[in-house]
Amino acid sequence: MAYEEEWWGHSSAGITARNLRKRYGDHAALDGFSLQVRPGTVCGLLGPNGAGKTTAVRILATLLRPDDGQASVAGWDVVRQPRQVRYRIGLVGQNASVDEVLTGRQNLELFGRLGHLTARVARTRAGELLERFGLAEAADRSAAQYSGGMRRRLDLATSLVLAPAVLFLDEPTTGLDPAARIDVWAHIRALVGTGTTVLLTTQYLDEADQLADQIAVMDAGQIVAEGTPDELKARVGPDRVETVTRKPTLDEVFLHLTGHAPTTPHQAAGEATR
Amino acid sequence: MSTPTATAVSRSGSWARDAANLTRRILLHWKQRPVSIALTLLFPVLIVLMFRYLFGGAMPVPDGTYTDYLIPGMLAMTMLFGLESVALAVTTDAAKGVTERIRAMPVSGNAVLAGRGWADLLNGVAGLAVMVTAGLVLGWRPQHGLVSTLAALGLLLWLRSAFTWVGIYLGLLLKTPESAVSVQVLVWPIGFLSSTFVSPDTMPTWLGEIATWNPLSSTATAIRDLFGNPTWATHTWAAEHAVPLAAMWPAVLTLVFLPLAHHQHRSLAS
Ligand SMILES: Nc1ncnc2c1ncn2[C@@H]1O[C@H](COP(=O)(O)OP(=O)(O)O)[C@@H](O)[C@H]1O
Ligand SMILES: [Mg+2]
Repeated sequence: MAYEEEWWGHSSAGITARNLRKRYGDHAALDGFSLQVRPGTVCGLLGPNGAGKTTAVRILATLLRPDDGQASVAGWDVVRQPRQVRYRIGLVGQNASVDEVLTGRQNLELFGRLGHLTARVARTRAGELLERFGLAEAADRSAAQYSGGMRRRLDLATSLVLAPAVLFLDEPTTGLDPAARIDVWAHIRALVGTGTTVLLTTQYLDEADQLADQIAVMDAGQIVAEGTPDELKARVGPDRVETVTRKPTLDEVFLHLTGHAPTTPHQAAGEATR
Repeated sequence: MSTPTATAVSRSGSWARDAANLTRRILLHWKQRPVSIALTLLFPVLIVLMFRYLFGGAMPVPDGTYTDYLIPGMLAMTMLFGLESVALAVTTDAAKGVTERIRAMPVSGNAVLAGRGWADLLNGVAGLAVMVTAGLVLGWRPQHGLVSTLAALGLLLWLRSAFTWVGIYLGLLLKTPESAVSVQVLVWPIGFLSSTFVSPDTMPTWLGEIATWNPLSSTATAIRDLFGNPTWATHTWAAEHAVPLAAMWPAVLTLVFLPLAHHQHRSLAS
């Protein structure tokens, strides 16, 4: 542990990112991204299409090398110790990424084994998660036959196979119908309190508001504002939050914080092709 | 439920076990989609039947029957088909997000590629078994005993593993299943521009020259020698040294494309 203590001081768990940069051609996807998420809390990373949310998550999940900057996740450096990080993280990507040919059970057992659980433990763990995510009945059907909501739940279950210390959820409810969204929210809420650190990206303030202890607003590859949901809403101004049901939309918060509208057509088009 | 970090420490895995688990994943795909794998395995049989019965009558093989010429060629061709199926499988994994999910697990890139390679080798073994059976049914016979026959099958799998690395590299390079279709377009001319179906002697000189040097031709001619099947008398240098060339060509392809595939896999992180 001496190495991380020297490198990261006392902030050895949770997520720490310092000044991350990532360029694609002459476009900076991340332009000095810094973030600190305390262990056991949920951080909502809020930003429009093209803000750099997915890029940040992919770097923190060891899938992408940053051009510059440092980051540690669950106490390990994402660039120097990716393997140690991978034992301790779960990732739900922007698109459901289960193996559609395999059954739900086969998916869970496969990824358990790839995380070096013994075959027996992987089997038990798969059974547990299928039960917990309401997939026990569909366990032995090919995931190709699952509904969008079921696939998302399997995706979430798969990312929990190793009981990760840190969980990344990249727009976990995008593309889901309202009922499925509320269902996924319930599962995420159930995770809070087990000590898992969660970084959740979203384009919707209400989602961050529902789930996060701390919100970081992101634009053009940087964090532009940070605080609790209430702090952020207070900054938008009392006139917009005078009723309980009328909360400011992301666009309003965004416009207020950055002084410009969130998504340009160019960014939206870039996202659509990804 | 276990506490988050409790099960996540002090485990380790070996490279070979990771690769075996990833191979197992692809074998499970076969089990889940038996019709799809059956069609893949039977497709070359269909081609053999077409050539044997539609064109076979017009093929004047001087030193034997067309069936005895065709089957070894088709065995080599079956190895080439692996190139496109592996490229397609690699791009499909990328498109479905499975590649990223596996990359987020504590397994090395070496294990990921080896798992894919081993599975494709098993696919090649199955393909050979089906084609050999079809050949035997059609009356094709190896003439030179067990050792030569096994040597021929070994050369075929050696070629397959080289094509696997080409396929993995192209799959990683092309990224999407749509563009992997271009590999299919590439595979057919390569397959035909060889001694698979007819002797390069029957082609225009310059074309026959290219066909003779095709790695597929070296393996096809080498196994015809080893099986004791007709070679349709080609007396070029490449045809007379077919066995050493059939050993060398796949080595060259592997030496080029295995590092390229690893490089391409690493570059997924950039
Ligand atoms: N592989 C890539 N190649 C080129 N540009 C990319 C790539 N990945 C992301 N980008 C660009 O980087 C910016 C940030 O993208 P992303 O992190 O996906 O944003 P978000 O997840 O917030 O929508 C976008 O402008 C996007 O087009
Ligand atoms: Mg995104």
